[in-house]
Order: sequence, then structure tokens, then C-alpha cells
Amino acid sequence: MVTIAEPGTKAASRFRYILDRRETLGAIFVAPAILYVLLLVGGPFLLAVYYSISAYTIYDPSWRFVGLVNFAQVIQNPVFLKTLGNTFLFTFGSQLLGLILGKFGAFLLMRPFAGRKIVRALIILPWAVPIALAAVAWEWMFDSLYSVINWSMIALGIIDRSDAPNWLGNPHLAMLCVIIVNAWRFFPFAIVIFLAGITSIPQDIIDAATVDGAGFWRRNYQIVLPLILPIVAVGLIFGIVFTFTDLSIVYLLTNGGPINATSVLAFQGFQVGIVSGDVSHGAAISLFMLPVLLVVVIIVLRFIRRREV
Amino acid sequence: MQRIVTRVAGEAGFYLAIAFFVVVTTFPFYWMLITSFKTNPDLYDVTNIPFWFNEAPTLEHFRYLFEQTLFARWLLNSLVIGLCVVAITLIAALPAGYSLARMTGRNGEALGIGIFLTYLVPPTLLFLPLSRIIANLGLQNSMWSLVLVYPTFTIPFCTWLLMGFFKALPPEIEEAAIVDGCSLFGAFVRMVIPLSLPAILTTVIFTFTLTLQEFVYALTFVSSSAQKPITLGVATDLVRGDIFFWGEIMAGALIASVPVAIAYNLLLDRFITGITGGAVK
Amino acid sequence: MATVSASNIVKRFDEVLAVNGISLAIPDGEFVVLLGPSGCGKTTFLRIICGLERQTSGDLVIDGNIVNDVPPRARGVAMMFQSYGLYPHYTVRNNIAFPLRTQRVSGTEIEKKVKWASRLLGIEFLLDRRPRQLSGGERQRVALARALVREPTALLLDEPLSNLDAKLRASARQEIKQFQRRVGVTTIYVTHDQVEAMALGDRIAVVDHGRIRQIGTPTEIYDEPADRFVATFVGAPPMNLLTHNGACLGFRPENFLPREMMRDGAVTEFWFRVDRYEYLGSERIAYGTIEGFDSTQFITAKLPARIAEESVRPGERHLFAVHRQDLRYFDHDGKRTRGH
Ligand SMILES: Nc1ncnc2c1ncn2[C@@H]1O[C@H](COP(=O)(O)OP(=O)(O)OP(=O)(O)O)[C@@H](O)[C@H]1O
Ligand SMILES: [Mg+2]
Repeated sequence: MVTIAEPGTKAASRFRYILDRRETLGAIFVAPAILYVLLLVGGPFLLAVYYSISAYTIYDPSWRFVGLVNFAQVIQNPVFLKTLGNTFLFTFGSQLLGLILGKFGAFLLMRPFAGRKIVRALIILPWAVPIALAAVAWEWMFDSLYSVINWSMIALGIIDRSDAPNWLGNPHLAMLCVIIVNAWRFFPFAIVIFLAGITSIPQDIIDAATVDGAGFWRRNYQIVLPLILPIVAVGLIFGIVFTFTDLSIVYLLTNGGPINATSVLAFQGFQVGIVSGDVSHGAAISLFMLPVLLVVVIIVLRFIRRREV
Repeated sequence: MQRIVTRVAGEAGFYLAIAFFVVVTTFPFYWMLITSFKTNPDLYDVTNIPFWFNEAPTLEHFRYLFEQTLFARWLLNSLVIGLCVVAITLIAALPAGYSLARMTGRNGEALGIGIFLTYLVPPTLLFLPLSRIIANLGLQNSMWSLVLVYPTFTIPFCTWLLMGFFKALPPEIEEAAIVDGCSLFGAFVRMVIPLSLPAILTTVIFTFTLTLQEFVYALTFVSSSAQKPITLGVATDLVRGDIFFWGEIMAGALIASVPVAIAYNLLLDRFITGITGGAVK
Repeated sequence: MATVSASNIVKRFDEVLAVNGISLAIPDGEFVVLLGPSGCGKTTFLRIICGLERQTSGDLVIDGNIVNDVPPRARGVAMMFQSYGLYPHYTVRNNIAFPLRTQRVSGTEIEKKVKWASRLLGIEFLLDRRPRQLSGGERQRVALARALVREPTALLLDEPLSNLDAKLRASARQEIKQFQRRVGVTTIYVTHDQVEAMALGDRIAVVDHGRIRQIGTPTEIYDEPADRFVATFVGAPPMNLLTHNGACLGFRPENFLPREMMRDGAVTEFWFRVDRYEYLGSERIAYGTIEGFDSTQFITAKLPARIAEESVRPGERHLFAVHRQDLRYFDHDGKRTRGH
């Protein structure tokens, strides 16, 4: 019944329209980005792994394979163990503090009030401004002589000039300082993430819960929290990764001191690998960040997968 | 009566809490501001009340910054680095984001996630090998090393952002253009790019601010003063011997902070949508 | 203008078989309507014809050339999208001119053609506006002008009227038909609205689950449905079906009348018990059951409104009849058969 006209001319050449194929052009389109990332992230990453199992230093750039010796040496170093502990303390201390402040701040900013826009703009500042610059301001605020914090406490009669704390000179206080500065830097991000999560919940879900008789706490913990959990998790992952691998705050505020009290993994990797030029040991130290990163990556992937279902 | 009292107390508590947050977040910046305009005798006298001016404000620190230091050079360096990185990033991330959003199907999804994950690979894991690579390229101590390295995080980040934006664009318009006689590439250039200009602008500004915020790579790769970007210069180069020139440091930090702060605030909402990638949708 | 023919086109999206072997030959200048329920693969088939999707298998021939691997821009077909797909950053003038620009037509020629197309559709006064500033009906005309302006080999329309309100839809239907007549372009029109299909099509292809169930003129489709699906999909209310010994007997509601209204000719009689009436102004639809037959759904009769309700009372049994030539028979697979 169906009659097909005989094709007049032959079918077009296979290659004439090669760029009109989605797959072909698509591959060409992603290629530059993939190449850049492969060459300057993938390659160096493998190189870092190789450094850690070789005897490479900038004075003796041999590629001699030494196996896990570097790692063994690193682990036996008490300074490294302290550093490892510091890193976890620094990361989780500041994330916890940041999350608490963030949740509380988001809670405040949820309610409309006059000037909310301005308040939000001001609260964002610590996260927006380059951390190195903010860290310098904090360093000045923690100054051993002219600390404005000490001045205020003295003026209020809380402490005496003679026993004013040396914030960055005392091992315990120094750790507290870097944690506070990092939390200060991250909690605005947490606020923003919480707010984004909360505003993304359709109002009718909350209304429905209210009609169904859910009270304030039940609404908050059984409806709102589960719904914003994915978004909060994404934010938390960012926070953990960037804190765990950061060295700028420590470098600028305390330079790892006093006596390694605030030394963290990234900082030690920098000291050993760059400053001292012992690349292989530096790489080994840096690679200790990898397990934590892997755990985080797995969590991210699971979230993304769940989102697709 | 009782109810009014509790109500008023509640309101007062609310605004107090808000005030607490604002003070906590902004005080360091207020501190930058006031320090940068104070005279040195005013700064370094513990009997003065530090919160305001005890002597007339001065522009001395700013003058010193521009005349006696490389500050202007750092500004210029940062501008050059930022613009070059923006250009490289756009060239790579625009087509990549579009491809992942529209042209690569299932594989694209996986690739997109892969690219995004590289954004999470920290500089502190890569700086050792990268510093060797840069040395081999003869770029050590040069700001061009940063132009080379910064796209390693701006490209993944912007690809991810742009992918989200492109996915939100209705496909009919490109498809109409394709049926009307455009090639795929033509539809991308003539429809997709003009229609996503706001998103592209957002990406540009964010890339720029990311380059301004970066510290670790700059610290690792650049040690000669004249090649430093502004963040690094201000944070590490204004110390003479062991003496910190707080007035100058704060003045420099202030100048470098203001544009970034403004950019963030203008684009915050777009940024959040991008970063969370519709995690709750 | 050209012929379009598809042979055994199959499109598979992972698990979903969206198009399952469609063969269709459309002569030059014909207006074919693809009619089918939602999700049956109509849009997918159109997108294959214009080249936005690549068929999994099968051949597509436009104007005598196999175009399986030819990209959309080289096929010369025009498509009007359900949501029109107007270019928001262009004025109406540039929207209409766009298909010509991509073909590198000269400026004066473009101007002439844009004028022609906009006059054809009566939208000359809109040329300097942007799509955002147009009403739904105006947008539809602009989209049509853009589709027609370069005199496409074939014009594809995907539910072009579904965004319009009922009244506008009726007039737009008329206009589309008129333009198509005047321009004489081969047209494939997709809809799930049978009224549109009947009013517009030279031929109608009824599609279900990615297959063409029947193709024919509106009269053929309505009067000689090829199977039970077509019989019940076309016509409102649909054809009545009575199952009998596994086979199936069908007749249209308007042919099912009280016995006393039938004059001559061979008729088949049924006892019909009316359950309720639906008054539609021009006619009255009676819902009820027929004695002696099991049927899963109500039998309907479309009675002229002038028949008084009293003559056939709800709840009472009444003798109805159908002319023998109006009876259709289907076998137990649902295929049409010659009859007993
Ligand atoms: N890109 C795609 N990926 C996967 N499945 C698809 C895709 N496009 C269409 N489908 C599926 O193919 C089938 C046919 O879809 P199609 O859009 O052609 O239907 P349609 O007849 O146009 O329906 P409607 O009248 O609702 O527009 C549907 O089941 C649909 O889910
Ligand atoms: Mg459709």
C-alpha cells in the first residue's frame, strides 16, 4: 500500500555532516575542558602519588622508587601525628561552630523585617571577602600588644593589663583563634545554604503540615529538616573539603605555631614539600588528606544518585 | 499587659540577636576601615580608645601604599590574571557546559559529575607536582603560572554552573533555529549564547572573584614581589623586617575587599542556585 | 514543496519504543493529520522527519532523497513547535527573516519574502515587536509566518493550536487550512483532537503506541474504521461496541435510533433501556444498556433534540434499531471483518 519513491540521488556522504551530529560536536565541545582538567589536575595528581613513593627532592630530582618508606617515616614523626589531630580538630571544630551559628542566623533571617536585605549583605561579608585579607585583619585584632579584644576586656574590667592573653602566642588559644576565624569565615555560607534550602520548600507543604496539626517543632524537625538535608549536606561537604585542605588561615595567623600547636596537614605539606624542598615527604603528608576526600566524594556521589531516582 | 511585655522583650531579643550577628561579621571590616585612616600615633597608643579616631583621620597610609609599595602593580597583576583566567575559562567552560547539558546524554551526566568532583581536589594536594611542572615550563615566580593554574578550578566550577543554566533553558528555541537552517554550532552561537548572557556574566564575575580569593597557589608559585597578585601582596609583602605596617596593610586589604564583596552580594542568589545544582528539586 | 515518505520508521528511547514501525507516503501538497492519544509517539515521529531525532531504523525520503543522515538544516522542512519556539531576543521581523538568513538569501529578497509572509498572515503591524509583547494568537501567526517564509519542502505542525482558547482555535483552524490550500505546501499536522483532525486533514493517520492503525480520508476513518481502536478513538461519543461470541459488533450513536424513526431498509433491532439523558442543545445523548448483550460500558444513542424526552422515557425499555449497512464487525483481535 505504501509506495516509496525511488531515491533520486545517492544518500549524502557520511562525513559531510559530521559536525551536525550531536555526539560528535558534543565531544568536541567538552574536549578542551576535559583536556585542561586531565592535564593539570589528573596528571599532577598521579605525579603527587608517585612523588610520595619516590625519593624526589628539589635538590636530588631522582625518580628512585622507595615504596612506602616515606609514609612510614611520616607516621613515625610525632609532629605529624599532632598535625593530623590538629587537622581534625580544626575542621570539625570550625564546621560545628559554623553550622550552629549558621542555623541560628538563618533562623533569624527567615523572618522578614525592615533592612533584612542590608543585614544579609553584611552577614555575607566574611565569606565573600578573600580570606587572606580577612585573616590579616584578624591577625591585627589578635595582636599581642594592640589587640582590640584585649583592650575591650580590660576596659570592661574582665581582665587586667598584666595578664592579658597573648592570643596567637599561647598554644591553646592559638588553636581556638584559627577555629574561630574559620568558623567566622564559613558560617555566612551555612546561613545562605540553609536559607536557600528553606526557601526552596514549597509553602503548600508547610501549610499542609500545619493543617494536619503539626506544631512548630514537628514542622521544623520532621518536615523542614529532612527536605533541606540534601542541600545542607552539599554545603557541609564544601565546608569540610575546603577547611580540611586549607592552609591560608593557619599560615597567616600563626604560621603553624606556637610549637606546631596549629599545624595542619596542608600547612605541613607546604612546609616540608615547598619550603624545605623535600617533595616526596611533602607529597606523602598531603596524600593523607586523600582518604577524607574520598569519603566526601562518595557521599557526594550518593547524594547525586539519590537525586536522580 | 503581661503579653505586651513578653512581646516587646521578644522583639528586643530578636533585634539584639541580629545586631550580634552583624557585629560579629562586620567588625573585622570596620577594624580594617578605621585602622587604614588612623595616624600611626593614634594606632599605637594603648591608652587611646581604639574604636574611633582620637586624632584627625589621615590618608597617609593610602598614599604610602601607592607611592612606596608595589600595591598598584599588584592591582594590575590581579586584573591581568583575572581577565586571562576569565577568557580561558569561558572558552573551555561555555561549550563544555552546553555539551554536558544537551549533547552528551547519559555519558554527559557522568562526565559532568566527574568534572565537578575535580573542583573538590584541593590545591594543597596538587601544589607540589604543579610547582615542579611550572618550574619545568620556566614559569616559576611569574604571575603567568597563576594564569595557567587557576583554570584548573574555575573551569570545573563554571562548567557546572553553566550546565545548570543551560539545562534550565527551554530547548525549543535552539531546535527551532536548527530546523530553520542553523547548524548545531550556529544555534549555539546565535541562540544559546545571547539568551544566556546574564548567566554568562554571572560566571565571568565569579571566575574573577575566585581568582582574587585564591591564596594557596599564589603563595606557592610566586615569590618575587612584582609578580604577586593583590591578595598575596597585601597579606605577605607589607611586612618590613618583623614590623607590621598595620595602617598600610589594612588600607590594602580594604581596597581589595570592596569589589569582591559587592560582586558577591549582587550575584548571591544565582550562585546559590548553581552551587546546589537543584539538589532539592 | 515535496513528497515525504517514511518506511518502517522505528525509534527507541532505552526501554520506550516511541515509534514502532511507521510507514507513510505523503504526495506533494497533501495535508496529513497524525491523530492519536497522548504519548503515542506523534511528536517523536515529527522530530524524526525534521531531523531533530535520528530514527533507530527505517528510511526517510524527502523529495526523492534519502535523508536519514542529513541534518535538519539541509532537509528544508519547517516545523512549528507546540510552544512556538519564537526567538525572544529578535523582533518579529527578524524572527521571520531568520530561516532566510541561514540560507544566505540576499537582503532585498529577505525583505520581499518577509513582507509576503507577514501580509499572508495579517501581521504586518507586529513586525517591530518582540515575542514577549504578543498575544497567544499573534505568536501563533508569527510562528506560522516563520515556518512558511522560505517555502519549505514540508511543513510540520505539532499541536499548534493547543495553547489557544476554544474560540480562537476554531478560527485559527480555518486559517491554517486556507493558507495550506493557498501555498500548497506538503503538511503534517499532529494533534490529539479529533475535531481538528477531521476538519483539517486531506487524510488522517490514526496512531497508537507508535504504530499507524489506519490511514485514510476523514470519511474513511469515520465510516470504515479499520479496527476497534480507531472506531472508539474517533467520534464523540465513540462507536458503540457489543461483544457477541468473542467477536464484536459496532455502530455509531447517531445511527442508533428508535425503531419507529426508521423507514425502510434492512435493520437490526435491539431492546434499549435508557438510563439517563445528556442535553447538548442540538441533540440529546441517551445512555443506557441493551438487553441480551453484555457490554462493559454504556451504550449511547445520539437522538435529534426535537424528539421529545417522553417518547423514550428513562428506565423504560424501547425498541431501537440500526440499519444493516451501518453495522461494523470486528474479530476478537479487534480487526475489522466483513461481517457474519
Ligand atoms: N527524549 C526522550 N527520552 C525518552 N523517552 C522519550 C523521549 N521523548 C519521548 N519519549 C517517550 O516516547 C513516547 C512518545 O512520546 P511523544 O512525545 O512522541 O508523544 P506524543 O504522541 O507527542 O504525546 P503528546 O500528545 O502528549 O505530545 C512517550 O512515552 C515518551 O515518554
Ligand atoms: Mg507531543
